[in-house]
Amino acid sequence: MFNASQPIYKKISRITFRTLSPQLIKGMSSAKIVTPELYDKEGYPVDGGLMDVRLGVIDPGLRCSTCGSRLKECPGHFGHISLARPVIHVKFVRSIHNLLRGTCSECSRAMLDDKKKKDYLAVLIKYRKEKPDLYWDKVAEIISEMNKVTKCPHCNAKQKLISVEKPTTFLDKASQVRVSPIEIRSRFEKIPDEDCELFGLNPVSLRPEWMILTILPIPPVTARPSITLESGERSEDDLTHKLGDIVRINQRLFENINAGAPEIIIEDLWDLLQYHITTFFDNNISQVPPARHRSGQPLKTLSERIKSKEGRMRRNLAGKRTNYCGRTVISPDPMLELYEVGVPTDMATVLTVPEIVTTWNIEHLKKFVERGPKDYPGANYIIRPDGKKKKITEETKEQAVEEIEPGYIVERHIMDGDIALFNRQPSLHRMSMMCHRIKILKGKTLRMNPAVCHPYNADFDGDEMNLHIPQTEEARSEAELLLSVKNQLISPRYGLCIIGCVQDALAGNYLLTRKDTEMPYNEGIDLLFAAGLDDFSRLPHKAKVSGKEVFSAMLPDDFNFTGESKALDIDEKTKEVIIKNGKLIKGVLDSNNVGHGAGMMLRKLHEKYGEDKAITLLGNIFKMGSQFLVKRGFTVALSDMDLPAAADKQIKDTLAQAEADVDTLIKSYHSKELRALPGRSRLETLELKIMERLNRARDETGKIVAEHAAKDSHTMIMALSGARGKLLNLAQIAGSVGQQALRGKRIGGGYQGRTLSSFPRNSLTPMARGFIKSSFASGMRPDEFFFQAITGRDSLMDTALRTPKSGYLYRRLSNAMQDLKVEYDHTVRDVSKRIIQYNYGEDGIDVSKSEGGGLDIAPVIDEVLGE
Amino acid sequence: MANILPKKIQESMDKQMDAAKLSDSKRKKVSERVFEKYFGMKVHPGECVGIISAESIGEPGTQMTLNTFHFAGVAEMNVTVGLPRLIEILDGRKEISTPTMEIYLIAPYNSGKDIKKIANEIKEVKMKELISEISINIANSSLDVVLDAETLAELEINAKYIVKVLEKRLHGSFKCDTDGEKVITIKLGDKAKDLKQLYRLKESLKAVYVRGVKGISQVLPIKKGEEFIIVTAGSNLKMVLKKEYVDQVRTTTNDIFQIEEVFGIEAARSAIINEAYKVIQEQGLNVDIRHLMLVADTMCVNGKVKGITRYGIIREKTSVLARASFETPLRHIFNAAKQGEEDVLNSVVENVMINQPVPIGTGLPGLITKVK
Repeated sequence: MFNASQPIYKKISRITFRTLSPQLIKGMSSAKIVTPELYDKEGYPVDGGLMDVRLGVIDPGLRCSTCGSRLKECPGHFGHISLARPVIHVKFVRSIHNLLRGTCSECSRAMLDDKKKKDYLAVLIKYRKEKPDLYWDKVAEIISEMNKVTKCPHCNAKQKLISVEKPTTFLDKASQVRVSPIEIRSRFEKIPDEDCELFGLNPVSLRPEWMILTILPIPPVTARPSITLESGERSEDDLTHKLGDIVRINQRLFENINAGAPEIIIEDLWDLLQYHITTFFDNNISQVPPARHRSGQPLKTLSERIKSKEGRMRRNLAGKRTNYCGRTVISPDPMLELYEVGVPTDMATVLTVPEIVTTWNIEHLKKFVERGPKDYPGANYIIRPDGKKKKITEETKEQAVEEIEPGYIVERHIMDGDIALFNRQPSLHRMSMMCHRIKILKGKTLRMNPAVCHPYNADFDGDEMNLHIPQTEEARSEAELLLSVKNQLISPRYGLCIIGCVQDALAGNYLLTRKDTEMPYNEGIDLLFAAGLDDFSRLPHKAKVSGKEVFSAMLPDDFNFTGESKALDIDEKTKEVIIKNGKLIKGVLDSNNVGHGAGMMLRKLHEKYGEDKAITLLGNIFKMGSQFLVKRGFTVALSDMDLPAAADKQIKDTLAQAEADVDTLIKSYHSKELRALPGRSRLETLELKIMERLNRARDETGKIVAEHAAKDSHTMIMALSGARGKLLNLAQIAGSVGQQALRGKRIGGGYQGRTLSSFPRNSLTPMARGFIKSSFASGMRPDEFFFQAITGRDSLMDTALRTPKSGYLYRRLSNAMQDLKVEYDHTVRDVSKRIIQYNYGEDGIDVSKSEGGGLDIAPVIDEVLGE
Repeated sequence: MANILPKKIQESMDKQMDAAKLSDSKRKKVSERVFEKYFGMKVHPGECVGIISAESIGEPGTQMTLNTFHFAGVAEMNVTVGLPRLIEILDGRKEISTPTMEIYLIAPYNSGKDIKKIANEIKEVKMKELISEISINIANSSLDVVLDAETLAELEINAKYIVKVLEKRLHGSFKCDTDGEKVITIKLGDKAKDLKQLYRLKESLKAVYVRGVKGISQVLPIKKGEEFIIVTAGSNLKMVLKKEYVDQVRTTTNDIFQIEEVFGIEAARSAIINEAYKVIQEQGLNVDIRHLMLVADTMCVNGKVKGITRYGIIREKTSVLARASFETPLRHIFNAAKQGEEDVLNSVVENVMINQPVPIGTGLPGLITKVK
């Protein structure tokens, strides 16, 4: 007997699909259903009704009369109904039609001569084994060949054409007389097993006559539980409703047949039975009005349960629910380590870790039980060795302390250092779910180091994230060895560090490593301490230390690196960055070297010193940057965007010049002087030229702004170091916003040939077509506002449309390639052991172990030369 | 297994060692260490490279722009870029939205010799481009077609040639004549005297093919580096390669199926990789080429380009449950039932469905220790 608390451990090695034969349905049925009634007056299930206790139980207290188990123990049992007249299974209408047309109406044999039949059968058997994708094409081909035969090659009987009238009626095409399911069934019974194969049917799993139902299995009650509403009223499942209809009509049909009712009434009832059974299988068939609730909403029958994203397949089988998980808003805490996650105490008293009681830890665990479920760190459940789970409450905690002994399991609250999986949806890559160490913190939010935002693609504008607590030793070790943040540092997408400094940490490190940064020795020590270091011996002992020296104090003393930075160091001509023996000799560290997804410095650190050292160093560098910025102070001011009067004038002139040039272009267009470029119309040519001229103007103003804006303004520092913003943004604020492009063109269209009613009709001037001359600082004119709103909305649309499209692409890709793996012979193969690649990526290099996708040889040569 | 490095790495190592002028003993040391490094970088058996590739392409997909067209500088061709183009490539779509070709030319022509003439010769010319006016002359029951002299001159076509073409195309049911300069008169043939035919002809005339390579609607000679190439809108690789002035080695198209047809499956695979890589790079994203190779290889294993759709490679999966979990589950289940198909549960989703370890990565090796 099935017992949920003592599951049987077995490995399923294969699943075979087949259809239920009438005998099988009868054999597995534990009750024949004869009445549509559900409950009697006392509310007890009626015998022979749809909620019969032989089909399983859904009420607490009742016992299943088939297996004798109670609610949740009894898996449920099938029943059956004998149908008064045979009914066609909608899902097999295609096959039935093929069989009707492909077999002889007299002798029921496939209409192919013996030789051809033998050949085709051989081909089909071969295809089924070797080319399953072509199997159904071949079947279709054979069927269409048989359809063309008009005279049976075996008995020479002339064939009538049979057509389908959707959804389930078969007609003799010539006479338009209905072919009844009874006739069809008796024809199908005579089809030899061998001939079935020609129609793509395996007679063992589906005999043709089974496609016409004479007996209908009734799913167990447990598959269609009723729910009790607050009012005490029962609300039945959609399937029960549908089955009720079927049983009712079936009974009526029986009665009418027995009473010898006129054929027309029987036909009508038969059709109705057909309709109900059709909609029982699928309530979404075209030309069949869907069966509805009284409220008018369509019933969810068998097909709807399986189909679509919310169906059984994708909702419950390919994805599952878990316990021991939590979700809240996230917020940043730069003082956390990268591999930590801050968990609020409220959450910690709910999430638990099971710990087995042994003689060594019993006293330790008793203390948890003693504190109970409310006092942190306590325990919520104890599990007896026989598997019985007991909740600890304030009242029962003393009793529980007495009870536990070795062999018990205590579900204690999570504590600092426990392992958790941290995840943010959409989980687009494997770094979307990483293993963190728990750190219990006050407050109500989950806390994380801002440096790990990037792999999760998280920000703190209200994002929520999930936390899962692995419950077994295997799960925990796997989580830690494979999913921990330190193992995920290198992205398998491009082979570079995916975690790096961001925002203020970047600006801070840039400023710190600039030539002009200097500080007293003790401040350098302070900074190093704040960054998480306690060994200050590498900081040179002198009154004033440079920022570069402070930064170098963090690096290992045998680290060598040359690279290129994004920004220039002061008074430097090249962007070279040189680190020799752990000393930053030249260059600044900005987003190109310590940022994420770019630059090799972090990658080299990882390669040389391993992931543990790399992640500490990364944490140190990050903290160093942000702490330096805290000490130094950093703010943006409106004056950052101020330009000298001369620059303002220069911008104005540039724009005026551009406008004048465009005017000339337009004039040359109107005077037909402008020659069309090959393959373009003259108007298109004009547009292209105007666009190009205006873009150039914007670039020029950008250059002017870059030249004249205060080099040391904090806005500039952010842009230069790659912390936030681009020079383009600054140019738009101080110089000119520029051309607003819609679908790659200037803004056009509108009613009556004008974009806004303040412009002359068919005007081609920059102003009338979305060129914004003003800057954000100076403020835009009303018409310019409209143009910006147009492109603003367009980009919103773009995002809204892109997300589902790329999501679908991703789903298809992962579905197609999920079973590819590298074999022990280093080939890439799919499940059927078909070779996809002889050597992964042609060189067998794992991207997440590579250096930006390749192998860097130069450092090896340098190393050998240096020996 | 001796210390064999992949060819590319070996070559670049040799080159760098030559440049550094290393002694033999040092060379040996370097190659040993490079091999050690390479060995550390190899993929582990069991690694689920498929999923990693899918993630690596799917994730940046969310960052791409949907904006279909791009104009870089004057006179560039309009090409689909970004996500729509990537979807198009991976779908294995037969009809792509903006087919283009890059036609390279052989020696004397690539420096600009006759470039205009060549370009004009490649471009498909239809009647509608040459006509400036059509009128129906009911009295004579004829069509008077006035040609656009300017275009004619530019394309170096004369009216006589057009008459010849028209007579061939219209299968002799009409009589064509010209005044030698601008006007072509088309008279109804002797057999039919129905005016309706003239009306119909008036429309169908515009679509009549006159000259050039079919499918190539625009040509644009541009200078790329030192030489002249021709960029086209529309693609017809097979016909273009037949032209004697075309460099058959470098000329290419963005239509993967044409490449497959002309050069075969390996070329198609390279084309998929190149096209997809181009899209990703244009968007300023960084995706390792290995991921694209794997996708291209899965699309091409059968010897035919198959898209990543339910009609393409997903249809070919052996597991019923894997197919059913993707799309149209019912169809797959019913077909499986008809066949009595068996699912041997050796890939990922099936095992997820029945709560069993997945035979990939760490789920692959068996342990001798009995757990539970």
